[in-house]
Formats: sequence, structure tokens, C-alpha cells
Amino acid sequence: MANGSHAHAAHHPMLQHHFDTLEQQQNASLLGMWMFLVTEVLFFGGLFMAYILYRWLYNASFHEASHELNVWLGLFNTAVLIGSSLTMALAVRASKTGEKSQLVLFLILTLVLGGIFLGVKVVEYAEKFTHHLVPGEHFAFHDAALKDGAQIYFSLYFAMTGLHATHMILGGLVLLPIIVMAQRGWFSPEWYTPIELFGLYWHFVDIVWIFLFPLLYLM
Amino acid sequence: MSHQHHIPTKASLFAVFGALMVLTVLTVLVSRVNLGYLNLPVALAVAVTKALLVILLFMEVKYSPKLVQVTAAAGFLFFGIMILYTMTDYLSRNMIGVAGR
Amino acid sequence: MHDVRTLEHDSSAPTTPDVHYLNATHGALSWFFTKDHKRIALLYLYSVSAFFLVGGIFAMLIRLELATPQGDLLSAETYNKVFTAHGVVMVFFFLIPSIPAILGNFLVPLMIGAKDLAFPRINLASWYLYMAGGLFGIAALVSGGVDTGWTFYTPYSTAASNTHVVLTAVGAFIAGFSSIFTGLNFIVTIHTMRAPGMTWDRLPLFIWSHYATSLIMMLGTPVVAVTLMMLVLERTLKFGFFNPDLGGDPVLFQHLFWFYSHPAVYIMVLPGMGVISEIIAAFSRKPVFGYKMVAMASLGIALIGFLVWGHHMFTTSQSTLAAVTFSFLSFLVAIPSAIKVFNWTATLYRGSVLLASPMLYALGFIGLFTIGGLTGLFLAAIGLDIHMHDTYFVVAHFHYVMVGGTLLAYLGGIHYWWPKITGKLYSEPWAKTAAVIVFVGFNLTFFPQFVLGYMGMPRRYHAYPTEELSWQVLNILSSAGASILGMGFILPVIYLTWSAFRGRPAGPNPWGAFGLEWETTSPPPTANFEVTPIVTKPAYYYAPEEH
Repeated sequence: MANGSHAHAAHHPMLQHHFDTLEQQQNASLLGMWMFLVTEVLFFGGLFMAYILYRWLYNASFHEASHELNVWLGLFNTAVLIGSSLTMALAVRASKTGEKSQLVLFLILTLVLGGIFLGVKVVEYAEKFTHHLVPGEHFAFHDAALKDGAQIYFSLYFAMTGLHATHMILGGLVLLPIIVMAQRGWFSPEWYTPIELFGLYWHFVDIVWIFLFPLLYLM
Repeated sequence: MSHQHHIPTKASLFAVFGALMVLTVLTVLVSRVNLGYLNLPVALAVAVTKALLVILLFMEVKYSPKLVQVTAAAGFLFFGIMILYTMTDYLSRNMIGVAGR
Repeated sequence: MHDVRTLEHDSSAPTTPDVHYLNATHGALSWFFTKDHKRIALLYLYSVSAFFLVGGIFAMLIRLELATPQGDLLSAETYNKVFTAHGVVMVFFFLIPSIPAILGNFLVPLMIGAKDLAFPRINLASWYLYMAGGLFGIAALVSGGVDTGWTFYTPYSTAASNTHVVLTAVGAFIAGFSSIFTGLNFIVTIHTMRAPGMTWDRLPLFIWSHYATSLIMMLGTPVVAVTLMMLVLERTLKFGFFNPDLGGDPVLFQHLFWFYSHPAVYIMVLPGMGVISEIIAAFSRKPVFGYKMVAMASLGIALIGFLVWGHHMFTTSQSTLAAVTFSFLSFLVAIPSAIKVFNWTATLYRGSVLLASPMLYALGFIGLFTIGGLTGLFLAAIGLDIHMHDTYFVVAHFHYVMVGGTLLAYLGGIHYWWPKITGKLYSEPWAKTAAVIVFVGFNLTFFPQFVLGYMGMPRRYHAYPTEELSWQVLNILSSAGASILGMGFILPVIYLTWSAFRGRPAGPNPWGAFGLEWETTSPPPTANFEVTPIVTKPAYYYAPEEH
């Protein structure tokens, strides 16, 4: 609730004109980010819906096709992404306690781990191209009877992991300026909204992968 | 409303990370054992537990205002509605033995 | 015929403030980079109106073609593209943004006593996204058009159609994010930016209906976005999702598409219901009867609206159990809608009713929306729908809701808040004339289509049998009505534009209405209020002595 009587204290430089208090502004930003994540849940939700239906319709094909993925690379990437969630949580913590050097360090670690994840993803994608597992005219599957289902499996694989990777790339692009801001000391325990919001986004991307890993790699 | 004043300890964050890693290894190991129809529910249960850990502790929903908690739940609720009704259609086809119904 | 608004005036003539949001800064850049919700609302007003004109021209082409039974004006292929363009433009670029992005943008902060929406930059970005989506849509049109219908049904759209499906789908995808961000902004604003004393049970019903609308925008739109993304992947890269040749299921596309697109109908009509609540209260000089029920009915419509999408699929392979469930739930959605209609009617009872131009639109809305809603019940009945499916009965039904409902509410709202937006009074006699012309033209256009549909005329064909003389008579009536309706739309453009330059100053509250937006000057200052208002009274607090 807006608080009209707040003659106290000087205006924080990050307080925008249309808010009364910094707290009101932070509540609005936090709620806005959560609303955005709700739309993200449903955005990915459409693909998960398709996955559920087709896994039910083409169970055998999905099983067979999932063996084409490298579980160890998937496991490695899961560990990397969970690790980046940890560094992100530590970064948010550092921004709350005002430890600037730690904040910068953990943000850079998050970016590096995200980069490693995407690097592994590139290796995996390249493998699919050489093995003709990319849906389309050149798609080939060793068991002709299971080909349709396998093609749908790989359509979903590329759409889901591709959309996930797109979110990671966009996240990385947003993280770069945030690291610069952190380095220049823009954030304080009073105001660290971008760190907090970015953290929420990054954890969400992690959650998507937490579901993608067992659904795509482990069958 | 002062959600932003909760500061977790480093140890607690590392503990969450540890739990997530243990669950990840567990889900890989379980997938190597043939449990028949139980493989999928077990994998999903582990994934949901991991997601809850991240949502409640890394994303601090546990310490957030009620409105944020409701918001976080709403997305999954409506995703659930989409699955529930769509799969109702597919799972109940041919139920009454009339072609195409 | 006297001007009702002068009755409210004191002896001192109303004036326009020297500095307000329209003249606070100058130059094109001050508009294209504005973060003021009121200016962004005006940007939307111009662009949405332009799209309405485009969609309207396609509607006129359809009605011209159907004036004769032969397909003589447009070839079948061209006709397919024309009705698709009409649908895509009207749904994605007119109906969905119309009331929320124009009136909602302008009024949500004013009505709750805030200085702006919570995220002004995201608000501006929404407009740019809308324009970017619109550019893709226009690009598809000028490079040859699309022929899939606005629903993009697969596998035709992904495997067969050789028109510009991808461009159009990308346009709708981008425009979708515009509406997601608008909805997000409204929800956060309503939660966090209310003035002191503006409790939830004092919120104007316009705000409640926009809150419900925003929920649908956020929960539904992402699903259609990802569905269009899958469609584009299938069409361009031959990913298998919906095409049976690739092992996919076209009915899944329909499930995903209607999961959004049925609730989208409520994105279109709920804001209109909010407008009607405001107008009815102001011109009956009474609080809206059963305020809480009307507010809850908005949320009820938003929620149940998510559970009815399968009624678009009664003639597909959808299972009987699912069909029966969806049919039952579709009947349920009539309850909150009826609550609203009854409560508006009860508000009129023993009110001091002023038949000013916005009120004429509001009364028209109540009648036409009721017809649109009741015919919806016909279509929710599984057996009857098999007969009516894809006939002109369906076309008439949703035009009664979309045009008779949303468009009339939009026009009523524009007339009601025009003095606030521009600070000027328009010609009331002309406005009343236009309202009557729109009402008559609308009914003449669409009522015959109920009859045509019931007789079995299918939608989406450019020709119909010559032997059926009554079909041609009804079609000519409909086409004649469309030209009357067109005149009814052109008139307001003329006298409203004229009033913006030459109209008399409106003063802060020309209607003598109650609400925070009427307590500030017309046009409002950039920061909306000189001092943050403190709310002490419930909504629609029309004092008894005003009777």
C-alpha cells in the first residue's frame, strides 16, 4: 500500500518519481518479476504439454530416442547449472550484506558457469547434426518403425533445450551490464533490485532444466 | 512487507546446493534401475523436490510476502489446468465405444 | 435537445489549465520517448484506430462480396485472405488492445490515485512491441496476405498454405508480448500503487475488470505465443508437432490455441464490462447495485473462462467426456455474466437516468451483449453446436459479443472520458445521432446472420447458392447494415477530432460523476494530481441530494 506521509530522509537516487518510497518501488519490482516468471511457466508450459501428450502416445520411440543423448554430458551440465544457481544465491546474499568484491566475484562465476553450460550444449547439438538426429528432411533413425515418434522427440528436444538456451543467452547478456554496475558500486544493502530480480530469473532457468534433464535424458 | 531483510547464511545456501546435487545423482541412479511404470513418477518426484528447494530457499519464496507465494503457485496451477483438461480428452477417447467419440 | 452536461455547471464557466500532460513538453520525440501513461494511451489510440480502419476495410470487402450469391468480386483465394486479414487485424490489433491499452492505460493510475503505472518504461516498450507486431502483420498483408483464418489451424497452416503464415504468426507472437506486459503492469500497479484509503472494496469496477483481464493476459498469452512458435518451427524447419504426416496431432494445436484464445474473448469483453459499470453508475447517479458481486463476477469470468476452451472443438475427435465437461463449464460462465447484466439493470431502477451519449452506448451494450451471451448458450450445447458449427450463426454470435459488446463499450468509454482526455466537449447531438446509427447499423448487419446461420449458410465461403433467394435477401440486408455501421464509425472520428481543436473547455467534471479521475483537471497534469489524493469514500458515492 502506498504511504502518502513520508517526509523523512532524502530521496534515494534510485527512487523513481512515481513511487513514494524505496520499499514501495522494491515491492513493485519484485511482484513484477514474479508475474513475469508466471508467464514464463506457461510459455514453457505449452512445450511441456506437447511433451506429455507425445510421450504418452509414443512411449517406445521416446525411450529409444532418449538413448541417443549423452547422460554424462547432461549430468555434468545439471551440476554446472545448479552450481551457477548457488553462486547466484551467494551473489544476492553478498549484495544484501554489502560485500562488493564478493558480489562481483559470484556474479562473474555465475556468468562463467552459464558459459560452460552453453558450451557443452553446443557440443551436444553438433553431435545431433552429425548423427542426422535433427528433425526435417535429413532426419534418420535406426529403427524405422519408431521414426515418427523419434522425430517428435527430437523436435521437442530442440525446441525445449533451444528455448532454454535462448533464456540463458539472454540472461548472460543482461548479466554483463549488471556486473559492470556491481563493479562500479551501484548496489547497496538499501538498493540491489537488479541483482534480486536477475537472481529470480536465473533460478527459474535452472528450474526449467531440473525438469528437462530427467524428462529428456533419463528414461 | 520487509521481505528483503532476510539474509541466509552461506552454510545454508551450500546445504541447499548439496541437497540438489545428491538428488541429481539419485535420479540418475534410479533411472538405471528398471522400475517399470514407477520410473517416471520417481523421476518427477525428485525433480519436483529439487524445484521446491530452489523456489523456497534460493528464490526465498519461503520468506516472501504472501502475494508472491500465491503468484508463484498460480503459474503452476494454470499449467496444471491445461494438462488436466487436455489429457482428459486424450485419455477418455473411445470410452463409450462409438467410433470417433 | 439540450446539452445535459450544462446542467451540472455552476455559473462560472469551466476552464482548461495552462499546463497539462498534452502541452507539458513539445516535439515528436517527447511523444515517442514519453513514459507518461496518458501519452502512451494516446499513442495507442492513434495506432489502434488505424488498425481498426484497416480491419474495417476488409470487413466491407467481405460484405460487398456477399451482396451477390456469385463469387464475382473476389476470387475464392482472395476472399480467404480477406477474411483472414479481417480476423487477424481485428482480434490481435484492435479488440485485445483497444480498451485496456487506451482507456486502461489512461485511467488505471488516475482511478487509483497513482502518478503513473508501476513500470513506465515497460509500458512504452509495450507500445513499441505492439507496433512491431503490427508491422509484421502489415508486411504479411502487403506481400500477399494469409489464408489460414485468424486461428492458424494446422496442418493447413504448416504443411499446405503457400501464403505468408510465418510473418503473420510472428506478428501475433510479438503483439502477444505487448499485451503480456500491459497486463503485468496493471496488476503490479493495482497491488502496489493505490492512494491512501483506496482499499480493495473501494476500487472502481473498471479497475476490478482490468485486474481480471490482466490475469488472463498473463496466464493465457504465453501459451499461444509458444504455440505459434511451434507452428513456425514446424512450417520452416519441418519439426514435427502438429502435422499428422510427421506423427503429430492437429487437435493438440487446437487445445493449445484455444487455451489462450477462448480466455482471450474475455480479455476483449471484460474491460468493456468495466466501462459499462462506470457509465451506468454515473448516468443513473447511483452506486452500482451489488458492487461486490459485480467485482467478483469479473474474477469468476476470468477463472471459469479458462475452463471452457474445448467448446470450440465439439466437431473434432475430442472425447465425449471432455466435450460434456467443457459444455457444462461453458454454461457456468453464463452465471457471472448474467449477474453483471442483472446488476446493471437493477442500478438503473429508480436512478436519475440521463440519456447522454455514453449512456446510449451503455444501454446498447446491455441489450446486445445479452443477445450475444444467450446465443452462446445455444453453441455451448453439444448437440445444437453440431448443427451450428462454422455457420453464420457463430459469426453473428461472436459479433454480438465483440462488436455489440466490446466495440460499443469502447465507443461509450471514449465518449465518457473524452472530456478528461482532451479537456474539450464534443457535440452531444451529433454523438447521440452516431450512437443511434451504430446501434441500428449493427443490428441490421448481424441479426440477419443469425437467421442465415440457422438456415445453414456456412462461414468462410465467397459464394452461396443462387436458388436460395432468402439467403440473398438476408445477405443484402446485412451488407446494407454494414455500410450504415461504417457511417456510424466515421461520424465520431469527425466530431471528436473537431472538438479536440474547437470544442468548449470541459472543466474537471463535466458529467458530475464520482471518481478520482474527475477530481483532477481536464486534461490532467503530467503527475495526475497536484497532491496525492486520500480516499475516504466508497466507489460511486453519489450523494442522495443529487437525485
